[in-house]
Amino acid sequence: MRGKGLWLVFFALAGLVLATVGLVVGSADLSLHQVGEALAGRGEETVRMIVLQVRLPEVLTAAAAGAGLAASGLLMQTTFHNPLAGPGVLGLTGGAAVGVALVMLASPLWQALPVSRDLLAMAAALAGAMAVLLLITVADRRVGDGVTLLILGLMLGYLCSALISVLQAASEAGALKGFVLWGMGSFGTMGLHRLPWLLVPVAAGLLLALTLVKPMNALLVGEEHAASMGVEVRRVRRTSVWVTGLLAGTITACCGPVAFLGLAVPHVARAFLRTADHRLLMPGTILLGGTLALACDLVVRMPWAGGMLPLNAVTSWLGAPVVLWVLLSGKNWFRR
Amino acid sequence: MKEAWDPLQARDLAIGHAGNVLADRINLSLPAGELTALLGVNGVGKSTLLRTLAGLLPPMGGQVLIGGSPVQALSAHERARRMAVVLTGRPAGMLDVETVVALGRQPWTNRWGRITPADRAAVDRAFDLAAAQDLRHRTLATCSDGECQKVLIARALAQDTPVMLLDEPTAFLDLPNRAAVVRMLRGIAHGQRKAVLFSTHDLQLALDLGDRMMLLCAGGALWQGTPQEAMASGVLAQAFNGSGVVFDAATGTHRFTG
Repeated sequence: MRGKGLWLVFFALAGLVLATVGLVVGSADLSLHQVGEALAGRGEETVRMIVLQVRLPEVLTAAAAGAGLAASGLLMQTTFHNPLAGPGVLGLTGGAAVGVALVMLASPLWQALPVSRDLLAMAAALAGAMAVLLLITVADRRVGDGVTLLILGLMLGYLCSALISVLQAASEAGALKGFVLWGMGSFGTMGLHRLPWLLVPVAAGLLLALTLVKPMNALLVGEEHAASMGVEVRRVRRTSVWVTGLLAGTITACCGPVAFLGLAVPHVARAFLRTADHRLLMPGTILLGGTLALACDLVVRMPWAGGMLPLNAVTSWLGAPVVLWVLLSGKNWFRR
Repeated sequence: MKEAWDPLQARDLAIGHAGNVLADRINLSLPAGELTALLGVNGVGKSTLLRTLAGLLPPMGGQVLIGGSPVQALSAHERARRMAVVLTGRPAGMLDVETVVALGRQPWTNRWGRITPADRAAVDRAFDLAAAQDLRHRTLATCSDGECQKVLIARALAQDTPVMLLDEPTAFLDLPNRAAVVRMLRGIAHGQRKAVLFSTHDLQLALDLGDRMMLLCAGGALWQGTPQEAMASGVLAQAFNGSGVVFDAATGTHRFTG
């Protein structure tokens, strides 16, 4: 356990390095010294502007979103005993997308409301994700079997995209482009002033996820065994599902439906840590999620990409092979 | 000397699920220090009875008393300090055996599941009692069915409860392993003064190694007594005869007929 704990330190250090690179590298290359000065509130006005208003929010957004999605993926995988569970597969991001589409594409409906569109989109995304979660929880109580549940999640996802395509067909070009861009995912659209909307719910969700470490471990030996060891299984399941909704809903609202991080990162973390013990795996997954998201963000921002590379293209190219590798290499840690 | 409360009792218990009553008016008592075998043909409700006693299924009527308190009135946490359960099916996952057994300490550890030296000692004792020390540093995925059963029993022992319930702990095991597991349970019941109940299809093992027997018959009647009484009373013949099995009360053995 102690030796494996070193991996956590490694993940955190790698994250710090990538975050630093993220602050230094970009369309205007800055020196480490310039970045340090800017963070301390000194130095040139334009440099301060770039670092504090653009790059710092992007780096923090990537770290928080990656950590939150990875944690919610792990919660879903353990709660539903399914290696393919994740916020995307269970239709959560689809539900959130419907919420955002309703706000962005059917804007005449909301004109009368005295609320900012950003805030409204965020609330709608959360509501959409929670609605799907509610359906999943109700269905889970009925069917109780993981495969059926995944299929249900996929079908809900299709229903959501059908609804979205109807909204898209009926909307005007400007709104449509905005929505399509949102759908490609980005860590760079938050800006300093909106950052707390992401950071506060994600921090709360991560803390709650960490408090679930003990019952999640008990769930690994089956729900009934867990119940016999003192776990209030229903309550834990419910908490896990709502924490996932909070994390995935908030992050989807802020960064778009980021693909694969939630599903793939827990598997990568298990491969490194070689354990399913959540006391190690949960912090490991959170740190690795943040780190890998920072790496993806760096790829997106590489000067040669010219700002044309959508985030989801990068996360999918990272995530899909990982999932295939898990299934094909027998490294499915859920196997019996 | 008889204690005021047997560790586990059922009064007028009705069991079943989804509105279907499988058996009712069940009165039973599991004494400390004895190994009780629960027998019955498939579908008669053995697992349902065991799960109801364990508090995992709500009773359809009557009550289960554990140390004198109704099991439904206890929180899962309090229940887990008094009763450990081993169910069929092997847990999946990249868990090492030591971690699985240490999970048995959950009712006693703090909210993060931190293992104290006292917990460590209880885990060690559990490994000894289950004769599973040699499995300690393996992962569950590499364990055979018999080894896996030992690990799950060690986990239940680490829970350090006066009552232990096991659902078909000998299923999927070969003959020597079946004997080893039941002998181990007998040793635990006698040596640790625990009330141990296991359901099984293994009539011979129950007769030879059990202190007491419970026979759940089709129709929901529950017969209880010692193996000797079971053989003498003809209840076994009644329960298992027909459909190709003949029970010989004189020798306490059964034969399969063509």
